[in-house]
Amino acid sequence: MSLLQKYPAEVKQILSKYPADHKQSAVMPLLYLAQRENGYITGSAMQDIAETLDMTQTEVAAVVGFYTLYLDKKEGKYRMQVCTDLPCALRGADKFLQDLCGNLGIKVGETTSDGLVTIEAVMCLAACDKAPMFQIQSRDGLEYHEDMTVDKTMELVAALAKSGREVA
Amino acid sequence: MAFVVLRHRDILDIKKLEVYRQNGGFEAFQNAVKNLKPDGVTQVVKDSGLRGRGGAGFPTGMKWSFIDSKNWPHYVVANADESEPGTFKDREIMESNPFQFLEGVALACYAVGANSAYIYLRGEFWQLAGFLDEKINELNDAGLLGAKLFNTNYSLNIYTHLGAGAYICGEETALLESLEGKRGQPRVRPPFPPAVGLYNKPTIVNNVETLTNVPLIIQNGAAWYKSLGTPDSAGVKVFSLSGRVRKPGNYELPFGATFRQLIYEHGGGVLDGRPVKAIMPAGASSSLILVDEKALDTPMDYASVRTLGSDLGSASIIVIDDTVSIDWVIQKTIHFFKHESCGKCTPCREGTYWMMNIAERAHNGRKDPADVELLHAVARQMQGMCLCALGEFATMSVVTGIDRFPSDFKNPVNLQEKIV
Repeated sequence: MSLLQKYPAEVKQILSKYPADHKQSAVMPLLYLAQRENGYITGSAMQDIAETLDMTQTEVAAVVGFYTLYLDKKEGKYRMQVCTDLPCALRGADKFLQDLCGNLGIKVGETTSDGLVTIEAVMCLAACDKAPMFQIQSRDGLEYHEDMTVDKTMELVAALAKSGREVA
Repeated sequence: MAFVVLRHRDILDIKKLEVYRQNGGFEAFQNAVKNLKPDGVTQVVKDSGLRGRGGAGFPTGMKWSFIDSKNWPHYVVANADESEPGTFKDREIMESNPFQFLEGVALACYAVGANSAYIYLRGEFWQLAGFLDEKINELNDAGLLGAKLFNTNYSLNIYTHLGAGAYICGEETALLESLEGKRGQPRVRPPFPPAVGLYNKPTIVNNVETLTNVPLIIQNGAAWYKSLGTPDSAGVKVFSLSGRVRKPGNYELPFGATFRQLIYEHGGGVLDGRPVKAIMPAGASSSLILVDEKALDTPMDYASVRTLGSDLGSASIIVIDDTVSIDWVIQKTIHFFKHESCGKCTPCREGTYWMMNIAERAHNGRKDPADVELLHAVARQMQGMCLCALGEFATMSVVTGIDRFPSDFKNPVNLQEKIV
């Protein structure tokens, strides 16, 4: 089923933000909607969006490839992205990331064996005064966790595993 | 002194519409729409001396006056793509004082004759976008946005638009490309957005903090605003203080406050009482300031920071103490710019890639003095060769780091092994 069929109200609301003769502007919000479906953006979703917006599938794929928050393959249920840019690193973010990986038993870029958490290092998230910090991206959204410690993070991971909730 | 931008620190519930209105909120917008000509609003902003807070410091009223009045419709875009390492002010403004920001957007729209505005937020501000959508709905319900405002013929809608993780989209023409549904790559300028912007129509792009200053300027007048700050840099600035200080955070101060005041009086001084070694006043895009007593006593305004061989930019003050080696600092900044280069211009795409390779092999143990010269040479060859400022910014810390801290590239200090 296409996005338009499945989420008619959302698609209509998104399209209403932009001039009718510039509906390509809706590609980014529609990609977020598509990502909600499977946790990543499938080829058929790109085709679907391309048809809705009178774009080529290549143009849609180019947008997916350019931006880091769009995924074109399956990752862990929770994508945990730790900022290790200069201001955070000056407050111990590199060590935090290293210790966190040690506790989870994975390397940066890897996913835990139960498919729950993927750990990544990311560029600045505009929270430099609250390092160490990370964001968690899941199917439904994205949330910040600031002034973190490894212990607090492990508690959060355990809670997420237990509740299975999506972040938003 | 009362806060101008971070007004939620004086008035805790200002994020509620009724509280914002009790404190004069939307009087400026209503008065402008009912009683002032659009050019009159622009003139007050011009007279106030307000300059763009996104980093370039361009006079805001002058930018508004460049809008092409022969080509319609017009658009206003608020740049909320805050992504410069060390900058976290716009997020606090929008989270805590959202209506003043939105009123600033509305005033800018009225001044340049726009009936639609977009707020382009970085994708990571997902929750914040939802929050602003709620606030915009409240304004529509209250009759402060929408059709035929205050019984005039003026109509205005404001929309949010989420990016998806790309620093380059903070560059105004890349932002416009992204908003049009394309990859965020900068355009060739000129023409500039006030002539050819969103959908090839005249467009004003302003930073969040810039716009948030506008309501009180209209309310209290240009002379009031000019009386704050310095002659060259009028008004107040939100300084994002980060790095090796005891109390990192946002501090709103008049332009002209010194680095010493910010770091020691407000920021609580340096961690472990160490001395300040270097300051990056404009985030990762900074030329590194070699800090001595004179530098600490330098006023933070556009002209004075330039005398130190740097730029104030977005005033994202990253403090570096003597436990940190500058060769590691530039490795971090190079890694950032390498990741964020959009790939359009060859000098930036290739230059950041090669700078990263050289900096990393040096940091990983290869100590070849020729590498430092090579790094410097690659950076110099990128300068002035790229369409947008990213390629330029990527070289600033490299060139000034090597020039001003040469010994760190011969014998790196590392007193703080747990960090670096």
